[in-house]
Amino acid sequence: MYAFDYQRPNALAEAAKLFGDGEDASYIAGGQTIIPTLKQRLRRPSVVIDLGAIPEMQGITVSAATVTIGAMTCHADVAASADVRRAIPALAALAALIGDPQVRNRGTLGGSIANNDPAADYPAALVGLGATVHTSQRQIGAEEFFTGMFETALQPGELVVKVVFPVPKRAAYKKLCNPASRYAVVGVMVAETASGIRVAVTGAGPSVFRVPAMEAALTTSFAADAIKRIAVPAADLNGDMHATPEYRAHLIGVMAARAVAEIA
Amino acid sequence: MIKVALTVNGTEQSAEVEPRTLLVEMLRDKLGLTGTHVGCDTSQCGACTVHLDGRSIKACTILAVQAAGRNVTTIEGIANADGTLHPMQAAFREHHGLQCGFCTPGMVMSALALVERNVGKAIDETTIRHELEGNLCRCTGYHGIVQAIAAGAKAMGR
Repeated sequence: MYAFDYQRPNALAEAAKLFGDGEDASYIAGGQTIIPTLKQRLRRPSVVIDLGAIPEMQGITVSAATVTIGAMTCHADVAASADVRRAIPALAALAALIGDPQVRNRGTLGGSIANNDPAADYPAALVGLGATVHTSQRQIGAEEFFTGMFETALQPGELVVKVVFPVPKRAAYKKLCNPASRYAVVGVMVAETASGIRVAVTGAGPSVFRVPAMEAALTTSFAADAIKRIAVPAADLNGDMHATPEYRAHLIGVMAARAVAEIA
Repeated sequence: MIKVALTVNGTEQSAEVEPRTLLVEMLRDKLGLTGTHVGCDTSQCGACTVHLDGRSIKACTILAVQAAGRNVTTIEGIANADGTLHPMQAAFREHHGLQCGFCTPGMVMSALALVERNVGKAIDETTIRHELEGNLCRCTGYHGIVQAIAAGAKAMGR
């Protein structure tokens, strides 16, 4: 790691000011991505701003209609929350399958979505459930938030404060884990929400996306068989040593069918 | 340099570190607690696992300054005051839960955390293997490790 200064502000406004004052500032949430990145000297921030002491970014609140999760909530806390498990069991189950126990004890919701790794799990939950991201400046719908590979709608210095998930009628998330690192080779969230059926895919493409053809078929008939013959084109999907685009396209169908079967 | 004060194995400790100093570096190089190992240094292998306020974390993927004011438990803090082994350590010895031993401190710390996390649930082989996903044994000695953890959990009254 290159040397940097360290700050730990107690308020959102102070964090934003520190970011603006820094020559090349970086925020740190749970650190499970930024610390490995710093170790590889892929980034050289002048100052690292720790978000761990900002009250608005903490905690889980559940009402009849929504689950609100502070950006600094770690995956283990989402997975273990009795309130989340009751309101949106698929969201708690998704959090329980991120990385490994030690990573889940540090990694956060806000850090995950601000990074928008194509193999991250949470983007599928946000888009699949139709969540809203509350930032230090505005509210952004999930589909507008994730703009591309490692890209989001966040402006420099803008912080994710919390995410509000509408409680769905039913939802399930299924993924094929990378055998070594447990990230999503392909992960699919299927949900029946107030605004209709949603199918959101992570891991397969540069960024999370919906599959309108599956959504339409499931609206007609909510059964695994209804989407059996729907193929997702492999052309725009990711290919690497772990899975070809064609294999990822195939997995979307398999994971979507498993998710539907769980809640049909 | 920043002065970081924290509680390690029940004792208040402090050291001057750089902001970029990792917790594992502070433990090993500043406090002389070399039981916590650095295996991969890329957040994969779990040899550096310690407990932060009772929860397992990878000490190579947290800055020392982020642990300021908090409670850290390392492998050195597990045995009884008279030097007799903790039941989980004893189970690793009894069931040959190690080959070269490099991953063992992290395995024991993860084992203790998984026993804590699974209060009221069965600690069977499936659970143990799933909960050990953050710890790698380069000797592939998993069979003995899984047996040791099952026996250790039982010896702890589970």
